[in-house]
Amino acid sequence: MAIITMREAISQALWEEMERDPKVFIMGEEVGVWGGTYAVTKGFLDHFGAERVRDTPIAEAAIIGSAIGAAMAGMRPVAELMTMNFAFSAMDHIVNQAAKIHYMFGGQMKVPLVIRAPGGGGRQLAATHSQTPDALFAHFPGLKVVAPGTPEDAKGLLKAAIRSDDPILYIENATVYQQRGEVPDGDYTTPIGKSKVQREGKDVTLVTYSKMVPYSMKAADELAKEGIDVEIVDLRSLRPLDMGPVIESFKHTNRAVIAEEGWKSFGVGAEVTARIYEEAFDYVDAPIQRVAQKEVPLPYNRHLEQLALPQVEDIIKAVKEVMR
Amino acid sequence: MEKQDYLELYHQMVLIRRLEETAAELYQKGDIGGFLHLYIGQEAVSTGILAARQEQDRVITAYRDHGVALNAGLPVNLIMAELLGKETGVSKGRGGSMHMADVSKNFWGGHAIVGAHIPIAAGLALADKMEKRDGVTICMFGEGATNIGYFHEGVNLAKAWELPVLWVCENNHYGMGTPPSKASAVSEIIQKACGYGMPAYDVDGMDVMAVKNMVADRLAEIRKGSGPQFLEVLTYRFRGHSMGDPERYRTKEEVKKFIENGPIDRYHKFLTEQKIASEKELTELQKKADKQIEEAVKFAEESPEPADDTLFDNIYVEDLEGGA
Ligand SMILES: Cc1ncc(C[n+]2csc(CCOP(=O)(O)OP(=O)(O)O)c2C)c(N)n1
Ligand SMILES: [Mg+2]
Repeated sequence: MAIITMREAISQALWEEMERDPKVFIMGEEVGVWGGTYAVTKGFLDHFGAERVRDTPIAEAAIIGSAIGAAMAGMRPVAELMTMNFAFSAMDHIVNQAAKIHYMFGGQMKVPLVIRAPGGGGRQLAATHSQTPDALFAHFPGLKVVAPGTPEDAKGLLKAAIRSDDPILYIENATVYQQRGEVPDGDYTTPIGKSKVQREGKDVTLVTYSKMVPYSMKAADELAKEGIDVEIVDLRSLRPLDMGPVIESFKHTNRAVIAEEGWKSFGVGAEVTARIYEEAFDYVDAPIQRVAQKEVPLPYNRHLEQLALPQVEDIIKAVKEVMR
Repeated sequence: MEKQDYLELYHQMVLIRRLEETAAELYQKGDIGGFLHLYIGQEAVSTGILAARQEQDRVITAYRDHGVALNAGLPVNLIMAELLGKETGVSKGRGGSMHMADVSKNFWGGHAIVGAHIPIAAGLALADKMEKRDGVTICMFGEGATNIGYFHEGVNLAKAWELPVLWVCENNHYGMGTPPSKASAVSEIIQKACGYGMPAYDVDGMDVMAVKNMVADRLAEIRKGSGPQFLEVLTYRFRGHSMGDPERYRTKEEVKKFIENGPIDRYHKFLTEQKIASEKELTELQKKADKQIEEAVKFAEESPEPADDTLFDNIYVEDLEGGA
């Protein structure tokens, strides 16, 4: 077991998969000479060369569109969008093309594509550059959406995504690249579409994913001091969504909080809550609470931005609320 | 041109330079957050353009917008306050560096999604045409932005509908770390305009008088009904793309070469050699700019932060009973 950062985990997964399979290649804005906007692909150009580490024009539709084409023709592209916010400039290709092609042509073609994109707020980048639109992408059947919350899963899920034959949106969070954690030695993959209990507890089920995993861990540590024992279920994949561990946990805690960074309306919390009510209504002891971003485009001002974003304290408050 | 007009251009360029140098310092101190794109090296471009525009001409640009904001007549105090995220800022601290605007000055904003404002500019011009106003919309963007689909859709539409737009491409040789030779089908951006059937020109963007005269001619023709025109302005940014750019893509010698022939030094030399202004007069203007910036910092620092209860202001025009 080594302790590495989120950034290193993603970088290692890419590196190892490129070494393993010559059909894997990277494309995106500033992935080569610059070394990646968030330094994830630093050193890749020198090692793998410009054929496989392709700097692209600022042209998101062309990046995703051409990656889809290359994937259809047998390559395994990993297309990097500089941020999730620029996915909107490639929306048609993600939603109408990548997510539809396999089904619509009766299974003849496949699109083994990975789209990497960091999202999230908290860096004072203002409304267009700070979004967490994860739930939006999870809406479309045909697209898989994963969003790791620990270095171990970051590495394992990316490797699994690259080896998968389906188009996958791999969501990173720009504020947690330095987050550290243990990863297993050697080659391993993390199954796509499998939730995981990251911390066991008996009092309340805290469902979360991505950046809210470390936030939830902190909240759980605080709550433990007050004698509240939190069980954390990390969704890891939003589509397919694995409710198994959530329901299992809920059946013994009878209380749940869902924490996500994106907006609450029509969000991940809404989906998970509805499913708990559908699948385990008889076990509900308290109204389920959701922790999410306030319903506002994120402002530049640091204080207002933090006010709008979900904080560890919000999670603690919500847990206490369901424990009342 | 009167002597006063010549001096005014000098003053504006120096004021932009001081503003940007100070912004860089404030960023290092942590007083400015988010992304900060400096205009140092490109001062003659917006100064020349805005000197040629008439009141009824709209201007819209990308995120590298501080210079345009100053030249368009936005008070430097309010620009500085926006950089510090204060309630008194031009965008009330919600937009930050990349999103300055003042509709009362016919400045329709800095826009941070590359190329997204290009079709918007076509729409501004469409409204003027439909309402039979004689304003021209001046739309500025980087050479990197000419590789995104928005550019092609926007300029095509403008020509198809003969809209009164002056497209101004600020070719500063790089889009982040990527030169046109690696990302654009043609390195002379002007050739792209030819593909859309519009008159196209280029001008030395380090020469403020050349820019001003060129833009005045273009605006006059468009006002007479020529339809949209295209102008490529050759320029260079002396600093990194934004703060924290490792600048692996260019050499120090290259940067030095451009700095030695910078727009302010060149204009300074022109004014003294042509005996339009004395050294003393120009030094006075520099001092005036220093003082203005000093006062602006003071104003911004003393300005109030936005209040917590204003977080939800301006999400919609109309008040909503149900919240956002
Ligand atoms: C759609 C989109 N893709 C990527 C980015 C990230 N980005 C911001 S500025 C920039 C470079 C733009 O270069 P250019 O148009 O030449 O303008 P310059 O920065 O040189 O003024 C990139 C890639 C973005 N803001 N929007
Ligand atoms: Mg450029």
